[in-house]
Amino acid sequence: MALLKVKFDLKKRVKLAQMVWLMCWLSIMAGVLVFSLGLFYKIELHKRSELMDNNESHFVPNLLIGVGLAACGINAFGGKICYDSLDSSKFTKWKAVLKPFLFCCLLFNALLFFTALLCFTMRIPLQFILAEGLKNSMKYYKDTDVPGRCYMKRTVDLMQMEFHCCGNKNYKDWFEIQWISNRYLDFSSKKVKDRINSNVDGQYLVNGVPFSCCNPSSPRPCIHYQVTNSSAHYSYDHHTEELNIWKHGCREALVSYYGGLMNTIGVVVLLVTVLQVGVMVGLQYVNTSLSTLVNPEDPESESEGWILEKTVKETFTDVITKMKAMGKGNRVEVGTEKQAVATLS
Amino acid sequence: MVWAKMKFPFEKRVKLAQGLWLLSWLAIVGGALNFCFGCFLKTEIRRRTEVMDNSNIHIVPNTLIVSGLAAIGINYFAGQICQDALDVGRFPRWKTFLKPYCCCAIIFTSLTLIGVILSFTMRSSLEGSLQVGLRNALRFYKDTDTPGRCFQKQTIDHLQMEFRCCGNNDYRDWFEVQWISNRYLDFSSKEVKDRIKSNVDGRYLLDGVPFSCCNPSSARPCIQYKLTNNSAHYNYEHQTEELNIFVRGCREALLSYYTALMNSIGAGVLLLFLVVLASLRYLQTSMEAVIGQENTEIETEGYLLEKNVSETIVEYLNPVMKLLLLNQVQDGLVKKSVRMSINYRQLPQVKDHFKISSCCVFLICDNEKQTA
Repeated sequence: MALLKVKFDLKKRVKLAQMVWLMCWLSIMAGVLVFSLGLFYKIELHKRSELMDNNESHFVPNLLIGVGLAACGINAFGGKICYDSLDSSKFTKWKAVLKPFLFCCLLFNALLFFTALLCFTMRIPLQFILAEGLKNSMKYYKDTDVPGRCYMKRTVDLMQMEFHCCGNKNYKDWFEIQWISNRYLDFSSKKVKDRINSNVDGQYLVNGVPFSCCNPSSPRPCIHYQVTNSSAHYSYDHHTEELNIWKHGCREALVSYYGGLMNTIGVVVLLVTVLQVGVMVGLQYVNTSLSTLVNPEDPESESEGWILEKTVKETFTDVITKMKAMGKGNRVEVGTEKQAVATLS
Repeated sequence: MVWAKMKFPFEKRVKLAQGLWLLSWLAIVGGALNFCFGCFLKTEIRRRTEVMDNSNIHIVPNTLIVSGLAAIGINYFAGQICQDALDVGRFPRWKTFLKPYCCCAIIFTSLTLIGVILSFTMRSSLEGSLQVGLRNALRFYKDTDTPGRCFQKQTIDHLQMEFRCCGNNDYRDWFEVQWISNRYLDFSSKEVKDRIKSNVDGRYLLDGVPFSCCNPSSARPCIQYKLTNNSAHYNYEHQTEELNIFVRGCREALLSYYTALMNSIGAGVLLLFLVVLASLRYLQTSMEAVIGQENTEIETEGYLLEKNVSETIVEYLNPVMKLLLLNQVQDGLVKKSVRMSINYRQLPQVKDHFKISSCCVFLICDNEKQTA
C-alpha cells in the first residue's frame, strides 16, 4: 500500500510539472540568497578577526557558501528534468538517473537542516571566542609600534564607536590595563613615577578610558580622564552620570550582533529546507506518475503517483534487508572463494 | 535633402527593432535608477539640513526624480512601439502618435541634461550654504539645553566622526567659539575667570577641540586639549603631528561627498536616452515607407531629420512665429495659394509629374482630372 497515492491524468501531470519547475527556480534564487548570506557572514567575521581569538573557525560561513552553490546546481538539474518530463521521448533518458538523484536530494535536505541547527547554536562558542579575543585586544591597544598589532588601537576604537560599547564586560576594564604606551609617558615626572610604583607589575594605570568610549548624545563635553573622581570636574557625579561614556561592554554588544545575524541566517536556511523538501516530493510524484502509465504508448492515459511504494515501516525494513544482503553478499563471496581455494589445494 | 540617412533592408529593420526593444528596457532600468538616486540624494540632503543655510540645492534631486519617472514612461512606450513595429498591420495606429511622442521624449531628455548641468553649477551655491550653516552649528554646539538646538551637539559629533573632519574650514575654528557650556564651568576657579577676562566678549575660549575630532588611526591616545602647547604633553609637537585629530574641515568633506554623488549617475543615463531616441527615430522613418506596400521586405531608407538641421529648426519655429504674427502671414498665404491654384490648373505637365509621386496627391490629381 503506497504512501499518499494520487491519481493523475494528463492535465494534472502537466500542472504538477509546471509547479515543480517554478519551485525549482524559486529554490535556485533561494540558493543564491544563502550563498550571499554566507559570503556576508564570512566578510563580517574577517573584518573583526583581530578582536576574536585567532583560531575562530570559518566553518559555518564556508558551509553556507557550499550549500548555497549546491542548492543552485541541484535545483537547476531538477528544473531541467521537470521541463523534459512533459515530452516522453526526452524523459526516457532521465529515468535511470532520477532515483539516485532523489536520494541525493534527501541527503542534501538533511545537510540543509543540519546547517540551520548549526547556525542557531553558534552563539555559545562565539561568546568564549569573543571574551578571550577582546581581553587580548585591549591588552595590545597600546602596542601601535609592534608589527602585527599596530592596527589594534584603530580596530578597537572603531568597534567601540560603532557598537556603542566600552571595554570587555564594562568600561571599568580599561582601569585594569595600561592602555597608554610608555613612548608617551614622561618617566622623569613625579606623577608618572608614583603611579608606576603604586602598582605591582609596574604598569601605568589610570582611571580613564580612550576617547572612543565617549557618547555623542551627552549634553556636556566628554569626560574620559579621572572618570571616578567626582571632585576633579565641576558639577559632576560619576554615580549618576549616565550619558557621558558608553556603559555596556563590547562582548555583550558583539555577541548580540553576531547572534542576531546567525539567527536570521538560520531562519532563512530553514525556509530553504522546507522549499527543498517540497521540490523533492514534487519530483518523486513526477517520477512515479510517469512510470505507472496505464498505456505506455498513449501519453494521455491515466497514472498514479506516490511518495513511497510501500508504507514507511515496510520501506525501512526493505532498506535494512538490502544493506544486510550487501554485507552478507561479501561474506558469501569470501566463503565461496575459501571453499574454491580449499578444493583446489 | 535628408540628414543622417541610412539604408535599411528587412533584416536590418528587424535587428533595429529588436535592439531598440532591448535598449528601451535598459533605459527603463536606467530611469528607475535615476529616480531612486534622486530620492537617495534628497534624503541625504534632508539629513544634514541643520548644517545647510538654504534649501536651493533641493532642485537637483527634484529634477532627477521627475526625469527618472518620465524616462520610465517614455521608454515603456518605446518598447511597445518596437514590439508593434515588425507587424505592419499594427504599426499604423502609432503613426499619428509618434511625432508628438518624439517631441516629448526630446523635452525630457533635455530635462535630464539640465539636471546634470545643474549638479555642476550648484556646487558654489552649496558651498556658500554649508559655510553659513556650519558656522552657526559650531556656535550652537554648547546649547544642549536650548529647545530647538539641543541636538546640535550630537549632529556635529556624528558628522565629524562619520566624515572624518573637524570644524568648518579646519580644526582651528573650534578655538574661536565657546563650545563648553557655562553650566559646566566653575566660575569660582581662577583659571576660568582669567580666560573669560582675557576675551573681549567674555567667552571661555580654549585651544582644544571636542572628542569627535579625534582620529582613531592615531598611534597615541588622543590629545584634544592644549593642542598648540607643545610643552603640555610629552614628546608632542603640534606642527608635525598629523594623525592626532582630523585636519580636514567639514565643509570641504561634505562638499566633495555631495559633488561625487551628483556627478556619478547623470552622464551615463543621458547617453543611454540619446541612443534610444536616435534609434526610435530611425525605426519610425524606415517603417513609414513600408506602410501601404504589398511587399514588406523591401529596402527602405531611414533618417534622423527630413531636411538638414537649420531647415528643421526653421520649420519648427514657424508655427511659433505664426502664433505671434498671426494676421500678416495668413493674408499673405491666402493670396499665394490662390495664385498657385490658377497656375497649377493651366499646366498639364505639372499634373502628370504629380501622378508619379506620393499616393495622396495622386488621388487628388485624379479627382481634378475628372472634374476638369
